[in-house]
Order: sequence, then structure tokens, then C-alpha cells
Amino acid sequence: MANVKFEHVTKRYGDVVAVNDLNIEVNDREFLVFVGPSGCGKTTSLRMLAGLEEISEGNIYIGDRVVNDVPPKDRDIAMVFQSYALYPHMSVYDNMAFGLKLRRVPKAEIDRRVKEAAKRLGIEALLDRKPKQLSGGQRQRVAVGRAIVRNPAVFLMDEPLSNLDAKLRVQARAEISKLHMQLGTTFIYVTHDQVEAMTMGTRIAVMKDGLLQQIDTPQNLYDRPDNVFVAGFIGSPSMNFFEATLTGGDGEMFVDAGVFRVKIPAERQEPYKSLKGKQVIFGLRPENMHDPEYAPPGIHQALVESKVEVTELMGNEVIVYLNAKDKSFLARVDPRSKMRVGNSVGIAFDMDRFHIFDKQTERAVR
Amino acid sequence: MNLAQADSPSSQYGRQAGKNVLTPRRVRRAVGRGLVHILMILLGITFLMPLAWVLSTSLKYRAEVFVQPIQWIPSDPQFSNYLEVFRLVPFGNFIFNSFYVTIMGTVGAVLSSVTVAFALSRIRWPGRNIVFAVLMATLMLPGIVTLVPVFVMFSRIGWVGTFFPLWVPSWFGGAFYIFLIRQYMMTLPIELDEAARIDGASHFRVMWQVIIPLCGPAIASVAIFAFLAHYNDFIGPLIYISKNEMYTLPVGLLWIQGRYGNFWHLVMAASMMSIAPIIALFFVAQRYFVQGIQFTGLAGR
Repeated sequence: MANVKFEHVTKRYGDVVAVNDLNIEVNDREFLVFVGPSGCGKTTSLRMLAGLEEISEGNIYIGDRVVNDVPPKDRDIAMVFQSYALYPHMSVYDNMAFGLKLRRVPKAEIDRRVKEAAKRLGIEALLDRKPKQLSGGQRQRVAVGRAIVRNPAVFLMDEPLSNLDAKLRVQARAEISKLHMQLGTTFIYVTHDQVEAMTMGTRIAVMKDGLLQQIDTPQNLYDRPDNVFVAGFIGSPSMNFFEATLTGGDGEMFVDAGVFRVKIPAERQEPYKSLKGKQVIFGLRPENMHDPEYAPPGIHQALVESKVEVTELMGNEVIVYLNAKDKSFLARVDPRSKMRVGNSVGIAFDMDRFHIFDKQTERAVR
Repeated sequence: MNLAQADSPSSQYGRQAGKNVLTPRRVRRAVGRGLVHILMILLGITFLMPLAWVLSTSLKYRAEVFVQPIQWIPSDPQFSNYLEVFRLVPFGNFIFNSFYVTIMGTVGAVLSSVTVAFALSRIRWPGRNIVFAVLMATLMLPGIVTLVPVFVMFSRIGWVGTFFPLWVPSWFGGAFYIFLIRQYMMTLPIELDEAARIDGASHFRVMWQVIIPLCGPAIASVAIFAFLAHYNDFIGPLIYISKNEMYTLPVGLLWIQGRYGNFWHLVMAASMMSIAPIIALFFVAQRYFVQGIQFTGLAGR
């Protein structure tokens, strides 16, 4: 058990900066998820923590100790690799026992720990098998098992679910979350899948181009994204963005996107007063666009005329692809909605839930 | 779809009918295969004939050796010829010397090449690629070029007349063997090493317990190549060994041929005994011979 700290950590490969001045404090027992598109530096950050990459600048702490020059084996970590990296020539048992043998743990203790971990993961029957005789899901469990027998202070996981099929992934996700609760250890998890991040993390660090964009709880990231990138990355389908200008006067304010002009409720005008007349990016999530017939009561609605291009009935909701004067966007509406392809409809924007970003800096204004 | 099915021989009717009908295509294919087989058999015979001749001669009386036409099966096989070889020359010594040099050389070649290949493929260090390039450059150098300087070197340290020059160099790696194993090691995912390092393994242990067990085919090929190279080495023992009882088989054979050249049946018996281990090795490790040749094929790509 330990907290982890990245302090001004930078990683360069020649002229390429893979991770740029990363500052993160991970609390003990936390489940921190690094998320971002490929090449954003999330895996590099994890590998620096594991000791598999050298740090160009800054310090990494595990507990109170600076681990910059500590070899991986002495960092008290265990890692689950994307490819699992099971030793192909060893049985499942030996794969799990390997690290303990190297640490000269007594044989009886190794046996106890391996069997306990195997039981916990439901792979007791597979202990004599070789990795190639296992299915993808089983291999993934063995990889997790190899990490937990070691009883490390910090678990590192690098996209451990990306090689599983969709159904198994959902199941494995829940199992890893459960494991985290049972073990009460710090987990640091890397993924490119924002759904995994949202469902598993106690906090999420969103990265892009080597820079930390925002770190917060899943709910806060979703509700209060710091910039356009985070707003667009978190949530599926992603947030709709419109280039717009803030206009108005005399206590009234409007978002004028050309294709529509919607009113900002009086109680939300305050932060935007200084931006009057300026270019902004207006963001609204698909679920905050309603079929007026089924819009929740008591919200500040603004109707926007648009044309339905495609509808996708998901059962519990309908995803509607809309177009207003050549600007496409998406709405998630009530399944009872009668919006049909080709219809011209009024879509109700929930003006209590919009986001405004500065067009130059792309940072949220609130 | 239906049309294709009706036309193809895989429909039930078509298959049954096809069994007994000699279509022109089938005839052509059968004839083609037959020709290839005949060609291969002829080639096989050309390769085997000298060997058969050696075996046959080794079992003949001296008077029978040059009888025309060739008598392929000796009238009264003389197995005693083989014992006669041991009586005339210290053939037991030759066998022992050959195996001593071969085993020491092979073990050294494998161990050293594996270690160097590991360092060149699994560990990152500055200058690694330059070292590898230099190593590859040495492949272009024919061994004969360095013969004289190497001889002078061994003579200075007083190793001429000992077995050391024959096997000690192998303990310092062979460029080709290193290349072969390195290429194979490059195909293994680096995550294996990383997982092992996190598990607590040193470089040496990663090599010994994780990587080497996975390099079986490459190591087997190198072992076979090294075995053949040492076992068949002629020039080495010829220039470094001067005492008769220290000869290895190839030089021993030359000596026998020179001294008992009129006794072809004995020369052939000795030859037979020399090639027997190689033939045995080939049958045991045929799979790896083929693999090894495939690796060499890769090397040319």
C-alpha cells in the first residue's frame, strides 16, 4: 500500500517529448486511470513508474521514496501487460510462482499464495496448463493472478482488457473493480477506452500529446470538463460543439451559432459577461438535447430547427443524427419520440447544461 | 453458386464419378509427378552411390577392392577390417580427440553466442547497433585470411601442439551463430523480459530462464552447425596438432590414407566410422537441420 507521486516528470525521445511536465498525486488505495488517444504518453507514464523507461526530468515517488534510479524489481509494483507477457514455456502455476521464487519466498508459502490467487480468479483448474492452451480471458486472469500473488504496493495495468471481446471485457471490468475493492491496493490503469476509465476509476487523468489535460473524478470530468478535448473525449456519443458568438444586452444573453440563436438563462450569464461579442465554442451533450414532447419538466429549453438524417433505435433511447444548415450533430432522445428520417423537427436544447469554451485557448469558461 | 456446385467435383455425384474417370488433367498431373519422382530418385542415387561404395569397400577383402565390374555386395563381409584399423593406428584416440574438441567447441559456441545475441537483442545500450554492424562485417572476412596471425598468436602463448586452438576460440562467439540467434530472439516480445524484470529477475536470469527456453530451434540449429564445423574441421588440427595420437578424425584419416593408401578397404572402414556419428546426428536432429537451413535462408533476405 502506498501513494504515488509524479513530480514535474518529463520524458524525451530525442526531440520528441512523450510526457511533458507531468504532476499527479495518486492517493493510497486509489484507482487512477490514465486515459487518452494513442501516443498521448499514458503508457510511457506507466512504464516510467514501473521502471521500464528512464525519466528524462523530474521525480517519481512510491510512498516517500524517490524511485527514479530504483530497478523495477525493487519498486514493490506488479504489472499486467497488454499482451499479458505470460512465459510461454511455463505452466500457469509457474508463471504465477516465478516472481515469488526469485524473491526466495518459502515453497509452502508460494503454494499457498498461488492457490489462493487462483481460487480468487477461478483458474484453479488451469494451474498445470501452458499459456497457449488457454483462452484469451483465461490468459488475462493468469496475468492478473501473477500480479496479485506478489502482494505489491501498487498495481500497474497497461490496457489489460484490450485483447478481450466486447462481452468479456465488460465482465472483466467489473472483476478488476471488485479486485481493487477487495485488495485495497493502489491501482494505476492505462486505457484508451473512456468507458473503461469512467466505469473503473476513482479518478481519471486525461492526457493528450504528452500533456495532462485534467485529472478528476469521473463525474466531475463529465460534468465540468476543463477544455474542449476532455469534453469531447469523455462521454459517448461525444459532446456536440458549435462555433458561436455571445451576443445580447440589457440582461439578456444569447449564443449565436449562425444556425441557431439560443438564450442563456439569467442565472448562468454571470461568467460569460466579459465574453460578450467574442467567438466561443458552445458545447452540449447529446443527452441534453430532447424531443420537446418528452423533455424533462422545469428545464430552460431553447428550440432549434433541424432536419433528421438518421435515427438509431437502441431500445432505451434513440440516437438521432440531426442537421441544421449543414452543421451536423447528435441527440439522444426518448425512445417514444416520433422523430423520423427526413422530418424537420424542433430539438430542445437544455440550456442548464451547456458548456462554453474560449475559442483561442479551448479552455472552459465558467 | 448453384452452377459452381454442380460443376465442381465436390458435389457428391461429381466426386463419385471422378474417382474412376481419368480426366486429361488427372493424367497430366500423375505423369508430371511421376517424372519429378524419377528425377529425385536418380539424384538420390547419385548422392548415395559414393556412400554405398565406401560401405561396400570397407567390408571387402583387399583383393576384391578393384574387381570389375563393381561388386556391390561383398562375397564374404569382412567386419574385421574395422578392428584392423584400430590395430594399425590409434583410431580410438582419434575418436576421443574429435569428440573432445567437438563437444568443447559446440558447448562454447552455443553458450557464448547465446549470451552475445541476448545482449545484442534484449538489452538496450549505447553503441549496440554499431557493435552489431562490426560483428556482421567480420562475416565478410574469410577465415583463411586470419590464419597466419592467429597461428602466430597461439604460437606465442605456447598453445601450438595442444587442443586449445581448436576449441577455445569458440568460447568467444561466432558472428554467424550470434546473428542466427539474435534474429530469432528479436522475434520474441520484449514484454517477456519486462515482466521478468518486474518479477525480480536479473539480466542473466531473464536470459537463462525466460529467453533461452524459448530459443530452442535457433539454439539447436547453432549447436548442429557448430558440431559439424568442429567435427569436420581439417585445417585446424592439421596446422596445430603434430603428434599422431593427438589427431582428430579428419587428419587421422588423411594419415591413414597416406600410410596405408594401398589398403583401400581399411581406409574406407575408417571413413565409415568417421561419418557414422554425423549420419546418426542427422537422423536424430533432422528437423533442426532443416530448420537451420531455413534460418540461413532467412539470413539471405
